[in-house]
Formats: sequence, C-alpha cells, structure tokens
Amino acid sequence: MTSLTALTIAAARDGLRNKQFTALELTEAYLAAMEKARVLNAYIVETPEKARDMAKASDARLAAGQGGALEGIPLGIKDLFATEGIHTQACSHVLDGFRPPYESTVTANLWRDGAVMLGKLNMDEFAMGSSNETSHYGNVINPWKRTNSNAALVPGGSSGGSAAAVAAHICAAATATDTGGSIRQPAAFTGTVGIKPTYGRCSRWGIVAFASSLDQAGPIARDVRDAAIMLKSMASVDPKDTTSVDLPVPDYEAAIGRPIRGLRVGIPRQYRVDGMPAEIDALWSRGAEWLKAEGATIVEISLPHTKYALPAYYIVAPAEASSNLARYDGVRYGLRVPGGDIAGMYENSRAAGFGREVQRRILIGTYVLSAGYYDAYYVRAQKVRTLIKQDFDRAWDKVDVVLTPATPSPAFAPGEITDPVQMYLNDIFTVTVNMAGLPGISVPAGLSAEGLPLGLQLIGKPFGEETLFQTAAAIEQAAGGYTARQWW
Amino acid sequence: MPVDQSTVKRVARLARLRVEDEDVPRLAGELNAILGFIEQLNEVDVSGVEPMTSVVTMKMKMRKDEVTDGHYPAKITANAPAQEDSFFMVPRVVE
Repeated sequence: MTSLTALTIAAARDGLRNKQFTALELTEAYLAAMEKARVLNAYIVETPEKARDMAKASDARLAAGQGGALEGIPLGIKDLFATEGIHTQACSHVLDGFRPPYESTVTANLWRDGAVMLGKLNMDEFAMGSSNETSHYGNVINPWKRTNSNAALVPGGSSGGSAAAVAAHICAAATATDTGGSIRQPAAFTGTVGIKPTYGRCSRWGIVAFASSLDQAGPIARDVRDAAIMLKSMASVDPKDTTSVDLPVPDYEAAIGRPIRGLRVGIPRQYRVDGMPAEIDALWSRGAEWLKAEGATIVEISLPHTKYALPAYYIVAPAEASSNLARYDGVRYGLRVPGGDIAGMYENSRAAGFGREVQRRILIGTYVLSAGYYDAYYVRAQKVRTLIKQDFDRAWDKVDVVLTPATPSPAFAPGEITDPVQMYLNDIFTVTVNMAGLPGISVPAGLSAEGLPLGLQLIGKPFGEETLFQTAAAIEQAAGGYTARQWW
Repeated sequence: MPVDQSTVKRVARLARLRVEDEDVPRLAGELNAILGFIEQLNEVDVSGVEPMTSVVTMKMKMRKDEVTDGHYPAKITANAPAQEDSFFMVPRVVE
C-alpha cells in the first residue's frame, strides 16, 4: 500500500470508509511526516495530542457509521484563524502569547465535519506579503527547487505555510486566506490548487482582520476535487458576520467532470503585460487550447481598468489595515512594552510588535485616511474599484469564465525582491478579483524551464464557484498533477 | 515628493507607532515610492462614478437590538498583559 500521506482527501475518505486504515493511523502518518519536514518551517505550532484525540473521536464516529464529510482528514490551519486555546498570532510578535477563548467559524465548520487539526501554519505577518518573508517565525521554504539547484525558494505568500505544507504532503489540505492573492499566488508557486471564493461565501468571524472588504477564506489542496470538498465544508452563512451571504452551499464536488462544451472562456487582453516572460504567455495559450479542445469557445475580452487595480488596492488594503490593526495597543492582548505614559506604552508596544512591512502599511493607510487626503486617495480608490467591477459586469455578457496566468513568474529566492513595490507586483493578476469580490482559482498547469510549477487562474461570476471547479478540473485533466521531489 | 520627514513623524504619531529618528529618512523614501505608484490613479476619469461600498449587492442584515452574548469577564481579560479582578490594567491616565 502507498504511503498514507500520499493520499488525496477523496482517496483517504474512501480508505477510511472501507476500513483500510484508521483515522488514528492516518494522523500518525502525518505527524511523522511533519517531524521529518521541519526544515520547511511550514508549521509554527504542531498539535499532536489534539490531533490524536480528534482522530480517535473520528474513529469512534466512523465505527458507528456517523462520519462527516471530512471525517478523520488531517488538516493544517493558517495562523490567521482563531483556534480555541491554541496559539493564534497571525505570525506577529504583537500578538505574543494570544490564545483565543473562541473558535473561528470556518475552523468550527471543519471540525463539525470531522476534520483533524495537525497544527498552525506559518504565514506572512498579518497576511501582508507575497513570499512568507515577513513572518515573525521566519521564512517558509518551498518544497520545490529549480532543476539542478539546491537553492531555497519562497513558497509565495501570504499563505506560504499552507501551500508548502500541502505540496510537501504534511497535511491533506489547509485553510488559507486571500486579500490580494494570498491563496492563489502561493498555490501557483507550489503546484497546488487554491480557491478564493466570492466575497461573503465564507464567514470572516474569528479570522484576524487585515482588510475587511477584501479578506476571504478558502482552501489550498492537492487537486481540484479536494479543494471542492474543502470549500463545501468551510462555506456557510453566519449570524456573526453580516457580510456572509445567505445562499445555499452547492455540492462543489459534483461539478467536477461536467463537460465544458459550449463554455465561453474570456481572455482579457490587458493581462498581456509588458515584460511578461515568454513561458507564462505560452502557458496561458496552452491553457486556452486545452479548453478549446474540450469544446469551449475562446473569446477575447477587454477589462480596461485592470492596470489600476493594484494601485487602488494599495490604498484600500492599507487604509483598512490601519483601522483594523489599531486594536493592538498592549492593553487587551499580546505584547506590552512600557512607556512614559499610556500613549508611550501604545507607541512602544506597536513599534516592537509589528514588523517592517506591517508598519509600512499602517503608515500608508494612516496617511491616505488622514484629514485632507481621504477624498483624494480612499474615495478615489473606491471609485476605481467600482470601475473594475463594471469591467467584469460587462464581460459576463460575453463569457462564463475568464482565464489568466496566476502569477507573472515562478517562485523566486528569499531576499531576491527587496523593493516593496516590486514585491506588490506579484499580485498583478490576482488582485482585481479581490477588488471586484469575485471568485478565483489557481490550478497547476505546467512547469517553468527551470522545473518550477506555474499556475493558471480562472475568474468566475459572483458565486460561480461550480463553474471554476468544473473548468479547473478540465485544465488539471489536460496538464496532469505535479508533486515536489522529496529532499527533506 | 508628498511625504517629507516631518510628515512621517506626524503620521507615525497618528498611528501610535514610535519611529526612531534614524529610520525617518528610509520610511519617507519608502512611503514616497508607494505613493508614487499609487499616483497612476489620477489618470482615471472617475467623474460620476459612485464609490464601491459593497462588493456583493445585498441588503444590510438587521437583527433585534438585544444582548446575545457576554457575562464572562474573566475570559475576556484572560489574554491581557496586565489585569486585576477582570479589569484591564493600564498606566495611570488621570492624576
């Protein structure tokens, strides 16, 4: 029998139901694999005792024929999700020692369905970053390396720990969050599947807030089917998040394998950016050819405000972050550094607790919201956001789904990008989706000349996740899967 | 350059972030680079465009104005760096 950690969620689900192995055996296999893979720094906290207890409870439910949709499936949880009594710090020093007395709605949904928690996953501090280099707990190492090179690469970010753990088979799947590309970019860098659902599909309650009008939870998984299984459990309407949407959660898995004949796929010409590497362009064309071969129609479309999405994002996201992060003042939780008076204590605690990138974004956000600038920056950015959304609204008259590259390059080396604006450009293809509140999925579609995974992105209509799973499955079928060679 | 060194200090004060004098020039440079990137938005004609307030059209949910949760001060203050009798402790504010 193959190693238990090599099984997808769908395969493990079958194995557990057919009593080929127990949930405890599956969990033990993952705990052993995690121990061996510590060099990747994907987990910042491992919770083996909790995992074993949950797995034993799953075995009891399975024996009684009561297993839920994720019964006995071991998952990793991004450190942004509040987990009751367990380290939750958004990988920031400012939340030192914080153990929430409550559970996030998304993780509560997963435990309700029988999933097992393996531990908390590394990420960029407060989800601000595209390379997992801003974590207080150090860089995550991408399980993938260039052909004939031993050099470490970044896993992308901010959900770098989630993506690396899924790619390294040290969890069956992971939770992640996406504010500007934080699920889709690391998924593309690690050969995994990541979906950011429509804004409002998952409850944000109990997820440490970064930019509330953009933040959305979603899964990173090994294949499209596993991502569909995960999202079905994660999504819900929640009285504790008024922006969560009261629509039934479809059986996403049922969309996989549906023929795409007649599907209209949009290719936005504005995504053909200057200096785009030839291999990304070739990947994109190949993706369109694959869909065409399955009977889809390829339609060139125009999304004229695309280039303004990233600059507008770097007003909206820092502005909302500066407000959300005002709560970290050394009074109610986390780090406290004494000062001359109470304001001195606030200033010292925040200066010591927040890393450089987070401080930069707080300062930008405070500046654009300060007296006299609010209209020129924030209101203008929100108007541009309306224009971006209207671009898509017009496109939906002509197409059912939009195909783009997921990232402008494959994974890069730590320290390779030091200019903040250059780093922000990583999100150039993903950020429009957050600005417009749409669902987007990243699916592995090929390897770079240097042997690194590359992803394609599909963008859907609001609550069009089923079409994304259906179309992504067609790409996956044509491209095949990608697994990192184990060197750890 | 919209942001000079005194602006950095003023914004840092507003954000309650202590900034060391030697870091001010670096921060001014970084903020100007980001603001320079954002300046592109001035090319866009936004006349007559409504700012986006909600990414998904939905009716604001209302609920009854009633207490639905609470009565566990010890749990609320459990993570505080300093607390006494379920009160958050801060440095003296009023003489």
